[in-house]
Amino acid sequence: MIESPLAVHVVFTLGPVPITTPVVATWGIMLLLAGGAWLLTRKLTLRPSAAQACLELVVETLEDQIRDTMRTEPEPYLPLIGTLFLYVFVSNWSSLVPGVEPPTAKLETDAALALIVFVSVIGFGIHVRGLRGYLRSFAYPTLVMVPLNLLENITRTFALMVRLFGNVMSGVFVIGIVLSLVGLLVPVPLMALELLTGAVQAYIFSVLAMVFIGGAVEETPSPSPQQESES
Amino acid sequence: MNWVEIVSIIGAAVAVSFGALGPALGQGRSVAAALDAIARQPEAGNTISRTLFVGLAMIETTAIYCLVVALLLLFANPFRG
Repeated sequence: MIESPLAVHVVFTLGPVPITTPVVATWGIMLLLAGGAWLLTRKLTLRPSAAQACLELVVETLEDQIRDTMRTEPEPYLPLIGTLFLYVFVSNWSSLVPGVEPPTAKLETDAALALIVFVSVIGFGIHVRGLRGYLRSFAYPTLVMVPLNLLENITRTFALMVRLFGNVMSGVFVIGIVLSLVGLLVPVPLMALELLTGAVQAYIFSVLAMVFIGGAVEETPSPSPQQESES
Repeated sequence: MNWVEIVSIIGAAVAVSFGALGPALGQGRSVAAALDAIARQPEAGNTISRTLFVGLAMIETTAIYCLVVALLLLFANPFRG
């Protein structure tokens, strides 16, 4: 019997708090990302070294994507979106390391990420448009739309969570099943497909976060096709 | 094996198989339309492919919902006594 993809393993307990494998993997990825960024940005020069040029390429690509998608200056949103993208990307690809299961293959991690997006949409909306302006955006175009808009806010967060969870978890699950049937070399193409899916899902997660935040900070909210198809 | 388990397994198989049908058709249509658009206007390729990716993810979500429902039926069935 294959074990449930919803179950988590407790590695050790820290006082009353049980520490599970996704938590350990998440802290490992956080250490890797934060430590790597700290190491690489200590000696920034005007004539960039190879590592600095790579980092600048990543940051500039992220800025361009944010500018294209949200049609505003990327400055206030770059830290959040960039961190979300890099974290989801690295965590999806962490299945390359033997013995590590991606933390995004567990529902709790995805719920946390989706909750971050949900809160930051509200935060940015209130910050840019003011409390009254943001609340008024729910009554757009008419007052009848208020329950629907509220519901949409919740369902799209839920969809964000389930999408990431389903994609990453199904990849891990399928590889596990194939591995239990035939051991050698057969899962390799599936793993390559899983890497592609992981990269695309990281991209999509951050693009959707951009679209949601962009919809909240827009002056006159016009229903974009992405948001229309959501609910 | 009791009735609930048998029905759950059949339900999971039906959910995944029929849940894969609709999104497959939809994704095929959208990719075909996007390729057509890129062939007509190659300079708009970047915008089209970004929108295409987001749209594909949206369509795919319905299939993922079916997968999650199937897994819930198999692994976290609330009716299994």
